[in-house]
Amino acid sequence: MRDLEKQYTSAELTSVNAPFFACKEQVKGQDRESKLCESIEAAIKRSGLKDGMTISFHHAFRGGDMIINKVMDIIAAMGFKDLTLASSSLASVHDPLIEHIKNGVVTQIYTSGLRSKLGEAISNGLMEKPVHIHSHGGRVHLLQSGELSIDVAFIGVPVCDRFGNANGHEGRSKCGSLGYAMSDAEFSKYVIVLTESLEEYPNGPASIAQDQVDCVVVVDAVGDPSKIGAGETRMTTNPKELLLASLTAKVIEYSGLFKEGFSLQTGTGGASLATTMFLSEKMEEKKITASFGLGGITGTMVYMLKRGLIKKLLDVQSFDEFAAKSLGENKNHIEISANQYANPSSKGAAVKQLDVVVLSALEVDLDFNVNVITGSKGILRGASGGHCDTAAEAKLAIIVAPLTRGRIPTVTKRVNTIVTPGSSVDVVITDQGIAVNPQNQALKEHLIKAGIAVVDMQTLYERAIRLCGEPKEIAYTDKVVALIRYRDGSIIDVVRQLA
Amino acid sequence: MSTTTKTKLRRSMLFVPGSNTGMVCNAFIYKPDTVMFDLEDSVALSEKDSARLMVFHALQHFTYQDIETAVRVNPLDTPFGLLDLEAVVRGGVDIVRLPKTDTVQDVLDMEREIERIEKKIGRTKKTMLLAAIESALGVVNAVEIARSSSRMMGIALGAEDFVRDLHTQRTKEGGELMAARNQILLAARAAKIGAFDSIFSDIKDKEGFMHEVAYVKSLGFDGKSLINPNQIPWLHKEFAPSTKNISWAIEVIEAAKDAAERGLGVVSLDGKMVDAPIIARAEWIMDLARASGVLGAEL
Amino acid sequence: MSKILEPAHAGTLESSDVFVRVVPSEHAGIEVELESSVSEIYGEAIESLIKATAEAMEANYVRILVQDKGALDYVIKARVQTAILRARGTTNPDWSLLS
Repeated sequence: MRDLEKQYTSAELTSVNAPFFACKEQVKGQDRESKLCESIEAAIKRSGLKDGMTISFHHAFRGGDMIINKVMDIIAAMGFKDLTLASSSLASVHDPLIEHIKNGVVTQIYTSGLRSKLGEAISNGLMEKPVHIHSHGGRVHLLQSGELSIDVAFIGVPVCDRFGNANGHEGRSKCGSLGYAMSDAEFSKYVIVLTESLEEYPNGPASIAQDQVDCVVVVDAVGDPSKIGAGETRMTTNPKELLLASLTAKVIEYSGLFKEGFSLQTGTGGASLATTMFLSEKMEEKKITASFGLGGITGTMVYMLKRGLIKKLLDVQSFDEFAAKSLGENKNHIEISANQYANPSSKGAAVKQLDVVVLSALEVDLDFNVNVITGSKGILRGASGGHCDTAAEAKLAIIVAPLTRGRIPTVTKRVNTIVTPGSSVDVVITDQGIAVNPQNQALKEHLIKAGIAVVDMQTLYERAIRLCGEPKEIAYTDKVVALIRYRDGSIIDVVRQLA
Repeated sequence: MSTTTKTKLRRSMLFVPGSNTGMVCNAFIYKPDTVMFDLEDSVALSEKDSARLMVFHALQHFTYQDIETAVRVNPLDTPFGLLDLEAVVRGGVDIVRLPKTDTVQDVLDMEREIERIEKKIGRTKKTMLLAAIESALGVVNAVEIARSSSRMMGIALGAEDFVRDLHTQRTKEGGELMAARNQILLAARAAKIGAFDSIFSDIKDKEGFMHEVAYVKSLGFDGKSLINPNQIPWLHKEFAPSTKNISWAIEVIEAAKDAAERGLGVVSLDGKMVDAPIIARAEWIMDLARASGVLGAEL
Repeated sequence: MSKILEPAHAGTLESSDVFVRVVPSEHAGIEVELESSVSEIYGEAIESLIKATAEAMEANYVRILVQDKGALDYVIKARVQTAILRARGTTNPDWSLLS
C-alpha cells in the first residue's frame, strides 16, 4: 500500500504514463499455450516439487485408476524423497506404492481407504509414521484448517482444454463427477491436470476450471471406467442380500421420514441396489417422491431420477457408467465437490440436509460404534468414505450388514476400530434381527407399531457369538500404524501394528 | 424341535438340499413356515451319508429350534431310507416327509420304523408325517393315505413325478394337475389335515409363480413347497389377509371379548349372532396377519 | 474299531464348508493339521473341536487334515464324522457317539 502510495504521489508521475507505469511488457497472445506441458516430468519440474512436500490425487476412477502408479513411478525415478501422499482414497490397484514407501519416496499417507497388500503391509508396520485415515468430509476440513497443505495436486481427467477447463463426464474414459478433485484443486498450491483428450478452448461445463489450474499434460490413459465397478448393474438374486434389502426398505417406509420430499443416500453393492428397487416400488405405490439423492451415485439412483421418483441427484462420485453419463446429460443430476458434500466446517454441506442414509459395516458393536476400515484380523482393508459424515448428519442413519459373514461375527462386543461413533447410528439391520439405538426411542416405537420385530444389540451380539464362538483377541504391538481422524479432525481411534 | 402342531400355519415349506452346506446354514433366516431338508432327489448317491449327518446336526442346532423342521427321507426300499430315519428322528425333526407315497402300506411301513426308533431313544414327542403324492396310484388312494395314520399332518402334491406318470408335462395353465389337486385337497380336508401344493421351478418367473399361488390358494391349499428363499415373501404376500378381512376379524374378536367381559353367553356383532367357528376363523385371520407382517401402520 | 482302515475325505472347499481328510497313522492318538480362513480368531477352538469329535468316535492312529472355509461348528463336526465313518467303511454308526 505504501509502495503504491509512493508511486502515485511521485513527482515524476504524469497523467499519460501513470496507468502503465508498473506493468510488465507483454506480447499479445503469448501465453495461450503456456499451461501445456509436454510430459509429466516437465510438469513436475515446473511445479517446483521438493523433497518433503505433499502431493495429492483423487479416486474417481477407484480400482480403474492409472494415474497414481504412473506419477509415483516418475516421481521416484526423478529422485524425490520423503513425500506425503494425500490421495482422497486408495484401492487395491495401488499396491505398487509399497515399493515407493520402502524406498523412502513416500513417508506419510493421508487417505480415506486402504486395502489389499498395501493395507496389509501397513498393518504389519511398513511405515514409520502412521497413516491418517480421514472421511471424505474430514479431508476437506483438514485442507481448510491447513493441517493438510497440498503442494502439488495431480488430477487425472478424461477431457480438458489447454487452459485447464476439465470435466469427468465427457471423452473416452468417463469417471463422471470430479467431486473430490474439485476440493483438492481449490486448496492446492499447484495443480497439474492430466488429461486423456485435449479439447478446444473453452471446454465446458468445467468441473475443474481454468483459474485453479497451473499446468496441463496430455497422457495416454487416466483410468479404466469399467473398473470403477461399485455400481451393480443387475438386480441381485442373492437371497440374503434381498432379505436385507427388503428389511431396509421396510424400516425406511415406517421410519416416520418416508414422506413427500424426503432425501436419501445409499451405498454400493447388490443389497444397496435392491434396497433402492424395493423403495422405488413403495414410492410409486404411495406416490411419494424424494427431493434429492446424495453422495456416490449409482445407475439405480439415475433410474429413479429418470422415473421422476427423485427430483435431483447431488453427485460427488459416480459409481458406474450410467451415473457418469447421466451427469453430463441431465440437468437435474448435479455435480458437487467434497466440500459441498460433507465437510463439517464448510458453509454448507449437503449431508446437513439429508434425511436417510443407508450404510454398511465390517463390524458394529454393543454401543452401535461402526468399523468400516479394519477386518476381523485387524488388518486395514476398507475405507472411511462418507460413513461418519453422513451418519452424523442424516436424520436416520441405517447400518445394514449380515449378522455374520461366514464364521465371522459382524456384531461384536467392541469393534476393532471405531470409524463412526455409535451416537450417530440410529438402527442396525441384520438378517437375524433389527436393533434400534436406545437414544432413538421414537424410531423404535414407529417400527414396533408397524409390526417390525426389534431386538436389542445385546441379543444380536449373543446370537452372533452363539453361531461363531467367542473370537480370540487379536494381538497387537504398541506401535500405531494408522490414526482414524473423525470428520472434525480429532482422532477417534488408532490402528496398531499386528503382533 | 419346535412346538408345532398339526394345525400350525404352513404357507411356505422351503426345500433345502441336505448336501448344500450354505443353504443348510442359512435357510432359517428366511423364516419359511417350515424348513424341509432334503435327503432324497437333490442329494447325489455319493453324498447320502454326508447329507444325512449334516441334517442330523442342523436339526439339533439352536438356529432350527424355533422353526418347524421337516426332512424328506429316501424310500425304505433303498439302502438309505432307514438310516435317514434313524438320523432325523434322533435329530428331533418335527415332520418326516415320505417320498413317493402310493398306498397306505407305504405310510404304515414308515410309521412302524419311526415308532421303533422313537421308543428306542425315548422320544416322547411324536414325529409327524407328511405324505407326498407323486403318482396316479397315489392320487387314487389319496383319501385312504390321508386317513392312514394319526401322525399324518398333511399330504402334498409332487407334480414333477406325477405328470411323468400321467404321460404329460407341466404347463402354465396347469390343467394336467387339476384332477390331482382337487383330489388331494378333498382327501386332506376329509381327513382334517393340511394340503400342500407342489414346487414352482422357474425361480425367475415371479408373475407365473404369483399366478399359480393365487390359484392354489383359491382352491383351498394351505401352502406350497418352495425351492428358493426369494419365493417366500412373494408367497406370504399372496396369502396375507386383506385389510377388509383383518378389520372384520378385529371386530369379531372385540365383540367376543366384550361379551365375555360382560358375562354374556351369546356374542353378537351388528345385530347378528357370532358363533364359535366364526370366532375361530377370526383368530386364524389375525394369526395369519401377524405372520404376514401386514398388521402395520396402515391399520 | 478304533483304527482307521483307509484314507477318506468329506466336505468341500466352498465357503462356509470344510474339507476333511483322514489318513491312517503309525502313531497312536489323533493328529490334527488345520488350515482355516478364520484361524487367527478361531483356530484353537476349531482344532480342539476336531479332536474332541474324533475322540468321541474312539478314533486312534489317525491324522486329520482339515481345510476350513469358515464353517460353523456343527458343519465341522458333521464333516469329520462323515470322513471317519467313510474311512471305517461304516454307514450305520453308533448314533449316540455322534451328537
